[in-house]
Amino acid sequence: MGEFKVAALKGVSLSIKKGEFMAIMGASGSGKSTLMHILGCLDSPTLGKYYLEGVEVSRFSKNELAEIRNKKLGFIFQSFNLLSRTTVVENIELPFIYSKKISKNDIDKIHQIMRILGIDGLQKHYPNQLSGGQQQRVAIARAIVNDPTLLLADEPTGNLDSATSTDVMNVLTDLNHNLGITIVLVTHETDIAGYARRVVVLKDGKVLSDTPSSPSAIPAVQAL
Amino acid sequence: MTALFKIAVRAILRNKLRSSLTILGIVIGVGAVIVMVSIGQGAKAFVEKQLESLGTNVLIIIPISTTHAATRGTTGTITLTAEDTFAVTKECSAVSYVSPGIRTTTQVVYGNMNWTTGVSGTGPDYQIIRDWTLKDGRFITQQDVNAMAKVCVLGQTVVTNLFGTLDPVGRWVRVKNIPFRVIGVLFPKGQSPTGQDQDDMVLMPYTTVQRKIMGVTHISYALASSTTAESRFEAIDQITSLLRQRHRLRPDEENDFTVISQVEFASTVMETSHTMSVLLGSIALVSLFVGGIGIMNIMLVSTTERTREIGIRMAVGAKEKDILFQFLIESTVLSSIGGIAGIIFGIFTSKLVSYYGGWPSLLSSPSIAVAFLFSNMVGIFFGYYPARKASRLNPIEALRYE
Repeated sequence: MGEFKVAALKGVSLSIKKGEFMAIMGASGSGKSTLMHILGCLDSPTLGKYYLEGVEVSRFSKNELAEIRNKKLGFIFQSFNLLSRTTVVENIELPFIYSKKISKNDIDKIHQIMRILGIDGLQKHYPNQLSGGQQQRVAIARAIVNDPTLLLADEPTGNLDSATSTDVMNVLTDLNHNLGITIVLVTHETDIAGYARRVVVLKDGKVLSDTPSSPSAIPAVQAL
Repeated sequence: MTALFKIAVRAILRNKLRSSLTILGIVIGVGAVIVMVSIGQGAKAFVEKQLESLGTNVLIIIPISTTHAATRGTTGTITLTAEDTFAVTKECSAVSYVSPGIRTTTQVVYGNMNWTTGVSGTGPDYQIIRDWTLKDGRFITQQDVNAMAKVCVLGQTVVTNLFGTLDPVGRWVRVKNIPFRVIGVLFPKGQSPTGQDQDDMVLMPYTTVQRKIMGVTHISYALASSTTAESRFEAIDQITSLLRQRHRLRPDEENDFTVISQVEFASTVMETSHTMSVLLGSIALVSLFVGGIGIMNIMLVSTTERTREIGIRMAVGAKEKDILFQFLIESTVLSSIGGIAGIIFGIFTSKLVSYYGGWPSLLSSPSIAVAFLFSNMVGIFFGYYPARKASRLNPIEALRYE
């Protein structure tokens, strides 16, 4: 009777360098979601340690984790997870309202990010007035507005058609390339994982392989 | 904090119908609190003013039985006579002053001006019993009473309406075509607690009113004062037994008169207002409680509906207290809106009650502030559980919620 304790991850040891673009792959139940949650400070490991920029955050309290998420992490989800009935610009500035007063600088920064992501002019729109691709770009804008140490993308193309998927993946590649944002991408699609420069495959909570992705993969997909 | 406030207000406005239905209980509750307090305070002010204007030792004798007023009709009104009051003065040791009284309403004329007002026939003791000073001239004396003198003392309102700025003392007014000399002007007393203008009246010797104006021999009431405030019960007993004897009532017969003390009258008013306060208080309590539960219910629904939103907020760094405050502010704003609406509703209702029910009401800003504070407290109290529940959500599960 009672709940079983299942170890989702066993002896996973990973180190992600600044500026890396890493994909985590694996079948469902492989533990990739759990790894993602721990990396994203949404969950704490029962055993083991997680160092983020040299600080052990694995024993942090819920409030401290919230603070880390607010200051150092950005999230992109499969279902975009934008606040409905809240304008685009208000969605993007959401991380700020939990940390500080929004200044003129922040507004300029949001504007600049929107320009980079090609969603300029949609400030006053509501998420349901946007296409899937646009919504995901808004979500990306929200994720990078706080200059995160780590950007976590959980199946970011799962709800998008292939052309839009390519679009979104190119945006992420550019962010990694041009702005040096560290990205961890969780996906089960090989071609999406191909955008990353390092692919970690999990199976039954263990690292099955950890390899640089084939260099040819990137230009090949980009050429589409 | 301002950001959280904005979020809360927006969430309320998003569901206008739901929000307004939710606050209905609070509106009624706070409204009842306002009515309760204003009626209670109005009654208190009424009583205080009444006691102040008549004094604690004033007794009123009216020639009608309180228990059989309806069945006896007007036949009782002729039973009281001036001789009864003389007897009271002579025999009742606990009574210090007695003044017979008879009242009628008629027109008073000066030159080409006229004014319809109450004419009261009184004795010289009236001034002492009511503790009423004169602004000018002199009061009615025993000689005036004995001689049925055609003299009168005017209240300020009558003076203003008939004479304007002229000094009326020594001038003549006409009542039923009989000239009366003005011998004095009463000091203005203002409104009575029941809202009547006490200065709108003409005083004359009661004998004059009886014979010259009304042509009757009885009196319509008598005012008396007991020697002290404490001796009023003794005075009531003495007057009662004396009048029963004088009216030749058999032991099994009811009194054909009533002696009321001002204090007892006041306490009846207080009792009634207390009963009303208790009644309104329980309505207030029940509706605030029900309203609070309504808020709790709607907040539980709202937090469940917005589980995903909570997850998103947590993912971007909202702390437990941020979520807690967001929903606590929402429930408090909701109940405060209810509070404000309730205050308006309450003010309106108490005005209506005092207008149509003739019940004095008094609105004070502290009572309004207290009612508002109460509505806030309801919001915080009943909003706390749903808000805490929302703030304790696991962000991973919240994000997965469909």
